[in-house]
Amino acid sequence: MLKEYTEQIREVAKRLLKDKVVDCVIGYRKGTVPMLDAPYIAYTEEEADNLIWSSFCVSNLAKFLIGRKGKSAIVAQGCISRSIVNLINENQVKRENVYIIGVWSPGMVDRRKVLEKFYDKEILEVEEDGDELIVKGKDFEGKEFEERISKNEVKRDNCFTCMHRNAVIYDEFVGEKGEETGGGNIDNVAAPWEKLSFDERWEAFRETFGSCIRCYACRNVCPLCYCSVCFVDESKPQWCGKTQDEADIFTFHILRAFHCAGRCVDCGACESACPMGIKVRRLTSKLEKDVRELYGYVPGLEIGAKPPLAVYRPDDPENFITP
Amino acid sequence: MRNPYLPYPVRIKRIEVATEDKSLRTFELEFLNQEDAKRFNYLPGQFAELSIPGYGEIPIGIASSPTEGDTLLFTVFRIGVVTTKLHNMQEGDIMGVRGPLGHPYPLKEIEGKNIVIIAGGYAVTTLRATMVWLLHPENRPKYGKITFIYGARTPGLLLYPDQWREWQKRDDVDCYITVDREFPGWDGLVGFVPTITEKVAPSPENSVAIICGPPIMIKFTQPVLDKLGWKGEQIIMSLENRMKCGIGICGRCNVGPYYVCKDGPVFTKAQLDKLPKEY
Amino acid sequence: MVKVLKKDQIESFLSKLKENYELYGPKKKGFEVEWAKLDGSLLFDFKNSSLSPKSFFFPQTECMMHFKNDPNDPEGMIMKPEPELDSKRILFNIRPCDAKAFSLLDKVFMKDEASLDVYWKDKRDKTILIGLGCNNPSPTCFCLSVGCGPFSEEGLDVLAVDLGDRVLFKGITERGKEIISSLDDAEESDIKNAEELKKNAESKITRKVELDNILSKEILEVYEIPLWDRIHETCLNCGACTFYCPTCHCFDIQDEVQGDYGRRVRNWDTCMSWLFTQHASGHNPRGTKKDRVRQRFMHKFKYIPFRLNGEIGCVGCGRCIVRCPVNIDVRDVVNQMNQQLK
Repeated sequence: MLKEYTEQIREVAKRLLKDKVVDCVIGYRKGTVPMLDAPYIAYTEEEADNLIWSSFCVSNLAKFLIGRKGKSAIVAQGCISRSIVNLINENQVKRENVYIIGVWSPGMVDRRKVLEKFYDKEILEVEEDGDELIVKGKDFEGKEFEERISKNEVKRDNCFTCMHRNAVIYDEFVGEKGEETGGGNIDNVAAPWEKLSFDERWEAFRETFGSCIRCYACRNVCPLCYCSVCFVDESKPQWCGKTQDEADIFTFHILRAFHCAGRCVDCGACESACPMGIKVRRLTSKLEKDVRELYGYVPGLEIGAKPPLAVYRPDDPENFITP
Repeated sequence: MRNPYLPYPVRIKRIEVATEDKSLRTFELEFLNQEDAKRFNYLPGQFAELSIPGYGEIPIGIASSPTEGDTLLFTVFRIGVVTTKLHNMQEGDIMGVRGPLGHPYPLKEIEGKNIVIIAGGYAVTTLRATMVWLLHPENRPKYGKITFIYGARTPGLLLYPDQWREWQKRDDVDCYITVDREFPGWDGLVGFVPTITEKVAPSPENSVAIICGPPIMIKFTQPVLDKLGWKGEQIIMSLENRMKCGIGICGRCNVGPYYVCKDGPVFTKAQLDKLPKEY
Repeated sequence: MVKVLKKDQIESFLSKLKENYELYGPKKKGFEVEWAKLDGSLLFDFKNSSLSPKSFFFPQTECMMHFKNDPNDPEGMIMKPEPELDSKRILFNIRPCDAKAFSLLDKVFMKDEASLDVYWKDKRDKTILIGLGCNNPSPTCFCLSVGCGPFSEEGLDVLAVDLGDRVLFKGITERGKEIISSLDDAEESDIKNAEELKKNAESKITRKVELDNILSKEILEVYEIPLWDRIHETCLNCGACTFYCPTCHCFDIQDEVQGDYGRRVRNWDTCMSWLFTQHASGHNPRGTKKDRVRQRFMHKFKYIPFRLNGEIGCVGCGRCIVRCPVNIDVRDVVNQMNQQLK
């Protein structure tokens, strides 16, 4: 099924480029590393033949729209199209400069889950076959192996509880609309720390974020982080130290999560980008759930909507400020 | 084996507000330990990292000449965290100095030549060091004609008036001090530095030019020199970049393969023409 | 000096060394491999550690000096350096690419008298490196193209080769030879076996990276190729590549105070950051993403060879290829650089 999407995306891209409807098409190309497909910007019909659609497209392409000149087409599934709506609402992108090629997402594979399954071998190639992945590689003695695993077992956490797998806005939809939800129960599963006690939560937080190396991949892949000077780079005053002191690492993550609260669509790109495999979404998914429950607001669904933490309504819930 | 990151402790001996808008202050620093003073052998063109514990370090050109004694002179513009703190310090406060860093102006290599010094704004600091050194009785005879062209926006922003007023009185140096526009009470030259340079028209014959100033001044002075026939190897410039270690290790101040702190800050125009313009 | 040790005797060998040295080696943590204190066994079944071992000599956060932060005390604002390392260490089973990276970084951190990084030197002097030849390089390895190799000896004190049930040790430096001097001499067959493994390993690295044009052309020519306009578009400018890279050495220096204690620390920094070259005046010589991405590749493949007589600034370990969130593959970039300079 995904092969058909790939073909159709290439057709659409070639047409848009040929008719000069857009200057470029932002999509994905096959990666040079198993299970990681890379963002790619095609400017010519020839380059459009490199575009693909697969279960390994784990970045957030909306990021590349910020600051772009001219008109760009972008391949967007549910979460990415919601990111684009956010950017339009926040005046970072003009609607008329984006041509959204809407697409359905099969739910992306979390490559770290696959790597964990085969921790004592080296994975050399992974192919998709319907609902399964064919994993090929070698063990440390050099003996080859090939194994099939179910995609469901290794899906990204946020894709499992996704509520919008089809693009929510688009100029053109590629292929058939697919199953809208990912199957998991977002209220029960998405924010696992809710079930923990106060002390347990602090320990879980320390353990999760303790290995952070401050590479800022999470911040840089996120389309919401477009400040020209991020708060970590300010010096007058310096909000956050630059060392590996726990206090500084935690300050960065907590502050960034709060800057994204009410705007984050839980696309999971931050967690996929983190080279240390930190479960960054533990914070953002809890904030997403809180905003949904307290304000009844789901970000990225409506152009013109105002995020609840940026506006004031007299009937805003206050019980978390004043007990 | 000395730790190159450890600053020498110094005391602020004297502070002078150097310009009428108070944005620049001149600091005279004296070493707490005599051995440090002896080890700090420098020449005009070098810089030092001024270290303020708890705030950070800043790379500043040394404005004094080694011929003037053991204390060091720096003129600092207030703009960021460290410079703001420095401007709020008092005489007697302790801070640190690391250096001397970088390569000096090649004064030994240019003996026998005529020297034209062109300075704009507060980039004149290391050129003050150079002039004082050149005009020292031991050094002056080794050089030909010396021309000094220095300009600032207004008379109140001209640095080191005590020095250049003395130089104007001498007959072994041609001194041209200018301000950008007419100003009440100023009866000296008026005009931008590139314009004055064009009027003075220094000849490139057996000469070397040392230029220091804001990018805009350099941009307009260059064509003037080109027209007069100056070659890239005869023009010496001093670059600035953001620095941290000052000794060519932390990797940030590079222009192409060269570190401004370790291989520079002095470069000839001929060298810079072959490098990316990342400064 | 070539020695051999049966794998079942490794534990007693290590326990003897533990009397005088702290021993470190790679340890599996799920599918990742990290450096940890050895507990009696050595790991041989791994490709390479996730983060490079450069933290042993260049920690991510290192306090360089401290002061009392008391302006009323005559010594209160004078910086005092941190004490030196108080133990000797041996790193076991370090890969030859990582060891070569240290030998390259020696030329950065210890350029000359005036630029001698005492913190680096102290740790290097007190650490012995025992390398493990790579019998099975990864598909992302390209060490052979950049002057290194799966059995390269540069930067190592001893090179070990995994022969299955035993380990061959080749002493390279004096202090390396001293560590293995008590072991049995290797047999002819062991040595031949190791030679075979080396040839096999080298033939397994098939993906080549071509650099001849990059090295021979002028700096400004490499600076102006059209590749830079495209390659920066999908780069996130994050810094993951620089932090995992064994040869990246850029750092930031920060002062921190709390009450009556102040310290000056250095932290890893990355040329991918906007703040890296930002002047206080607001001017930024590398203000665009294009400039910064170009800088990374020019530094590793043009500026370093320019300064160090052709030695490449990359050792081909492949970590950046695996960790880049958007899969910008250094091999593709360098091959394209070379192509565009024909």
